[in-house]
Amino acid sequence: MIWWAVLGAGVGCYLLKLAGLSVPARVLARPRVARAATLLPVALLSGLVAVQVLAAPSGAGLVADARLAGLGAAIALLVARAPFLVVVLGAAAVTAGLRALGG
Amino acid sequence: MAEVAGPAGPAGPDGPDGPDGPDAVAPRRPTPERVRAVRRDALAVAVATGTYGVGFGAVSVASGLDVWQTCALSLVMFTGASQFALVGVLGAGGGPLAAGAAALLLGVRNTLYGLRLAPLLGYRGWRRVVAAHVLIDESTAMAIGHEEREVARTGFWTAGLGIFALWNLATALGALGGDRLGDPRAVGLDAAVGAAFLALLWPRLDGAVERLVALGAAAVAAGAVPLVPAGVPVLAAAGVALLVAALSGGRDGSGEVTR
Repeated sequence: MIWWAVLGAGVGCYLLKLAGLSVPARVLARPRVARAATLLPVALLSGLVAVQVLAAPSGAGLVADARLAGLGAAIALLVARAPFLVVVLGAAAVTAGLRALGG
Repeated sequence: MAEVAGPAGPAGPDGPDGPDGPDAVAPRRPTPERVRAVRRDALAVAVATGTYGVGFGAVSVASGLDVWQTCALSLVMFTGASQFALVGVLGAGGGPLAAGAAALLLGVRNTLYGLRLAPLLGYRGWRRVVAAHVLIDESTAMAIGHEEREVARTGFWTAGLGIFALWNLATALGALGGDRLGDPRAVGLDAAVGAAFLALLWPRLDGAVERLVALGAAAVAAGAVPLVPAGVPVLAAAGVALLVAALSGGRDGSGEVTR
């Protein structure tokens, strides 16, 4: 089943790129289409952050744990304009440290 | 691909550096010089972006994909945010359909980039088929803002092909290394994935509407977690973007492609 998601969505993502280079540009003249396409990544990424940081490991509910501290570290590093890898590793280090301490 | 553009840190085509890129400040330089400048910038972007494929590889195997599936994702899908989304939803227990839908919805922005790049690159036939595969945030950022086709094409291909090579190599290394990482939670990998999504989101939060959509989407997704199967909350969050676009898009009437 995972292979179907990998290959199906992979080919789909390629076709989305190819469509952009191939369809007439007037599709974009419709402001709602352009607006939706701009806002979609914002909403999806934000939703992914929330689920990744708040959903219980069992997937059944919400839980506040060491991941929130990791997210706080990530925000601080982003405000400080740290590079992507530093942000990601910083969040992991803070979370792992708290868990090692029993947090 | 992921949205970190340039040595300055997270900044996609919509990011703080804007679509002009750092080398658009001297538009009157002769063409060969501008080609060299854009090639140098694009190489720096390629190295910075390609290397964090290591993070994707490690996260992917920790989410339950095997090394082959992880490498196939970077080869075939080759757009970082969608790849992270797919493995994130699968890792959270979501089904393949929800995971694929999240990846595809995130991939829609590449269509937008393509619409802007098509007249700039001017490719038809097999060149267009190949160019489409490396059409990502960073290659778009390196091409846009140049009036001369030669400069735009150089930026596009240098960033696109450079990242493709490095991203796939780094993915394989990360996947093989992640296999022997041990308990992913003990090393904070779940928080790392959340931080990765946030870093991809960050450069897009430059407007009031975007911030509002981000907050609304996070609230909807979190609120939906106890109510619906894993993977669906993220799709519900996408509904916030569609709703806001439906309510506001007709009024502003600008037809802007990107901010």
